[in-house]
Amino acid sequence: MKLAVQVNEGPYQHQATDSAYHFTKAALEKGHEVFRVFFYHDGVLNGTRLTTPPQDDRNIVNRWVELAEKYDLDLVLCVAAAQRRGLVDDGEAERNGKDATNIAPKFRISGLGQLIEAAIQSDRLVVFGD
Amino acid sequence: MSEIKKFMYLNRRAPYGTIYAWESLEVVLIGAAFDQEVSLMFVDDGVFQLVKGSDTSESDMKNFLPTYRTLGDYGVRHMFVDQASLEARGLTTDDLIQVEWEDWETEEEVDNIVEAVDADKFKELMAESDVVFSF
Repeated sequence: MKLAVQVNEGPYQHQATDSAYHFTKAALEKGHEVFRVFFYHDGVLNGTRLTTPPQDDRNIVNRWVELAEKYDLDLVLCVAAAQRRGLVDDGEAERNGKDATNIAPKFRISGLGQLIEAAIQSDRLVVFGD
Repeated sequence: MSEIKKFMYLNRRAPYGTIYAWESLEVVLIGAAFDQEVSLMFVDDGVFQLVKGSDTSESDMKNFLPTYRTLGDYGVRHMFVDQASLEARGLTTDDLIQVEWEDWETEEEVDNIVEAVDADKFKELMAESDVVFSF
């Protein structure tokens, strides 16, 4: 089955992001295709490489990165949500005159059209949130 | 991308306490470019999103109620409101804004696409949707 995943909550604050990760990983291991993981609302905070959890805790951001490296996953942060919450890549830094970037590798910032496209292209859109 | 899907945007939260309502609306506006069959559903505190006369001037929040009135221009065909959610909050459809819709090609007009539905209809609408965006 071809799946699209939407993550609506921030890491550590809410279980949604853990559930989304475990679901995505399990689906990929079972041989399903994950067309895209789209991060919206506070979900975009899953994509900052500056996250530094305590050493005995899971690193939610790195976990996504490793999954993306293994399965060539498309991890997309919504640009409007990202701008509000200070998630910045090279393009956004240049466009908005920011002095730094914080996006994690394998993530990219793009528009809401990527969510709509994922919903159209996939057999199921699975939403994780409150 | 020629396939037309039935999109349902499920709005469950009050308009200003969290950002979900506004960011849901942003998806609807952007999604209009994809020419899908789009309905909105308002349930639980989500029904407050359509209550007319809201004034945000003293809360430093942008009032986005006028944006709902334009949704007919963004390809939204139906805005369903859960009747039980209205009743539980002491509201009727008279408390809600009206949203007009016009097909530019056929000139078909609908005065108001906001419609209260009961639980059975709600279930039916959910079941027949291809995609449910839940906010």
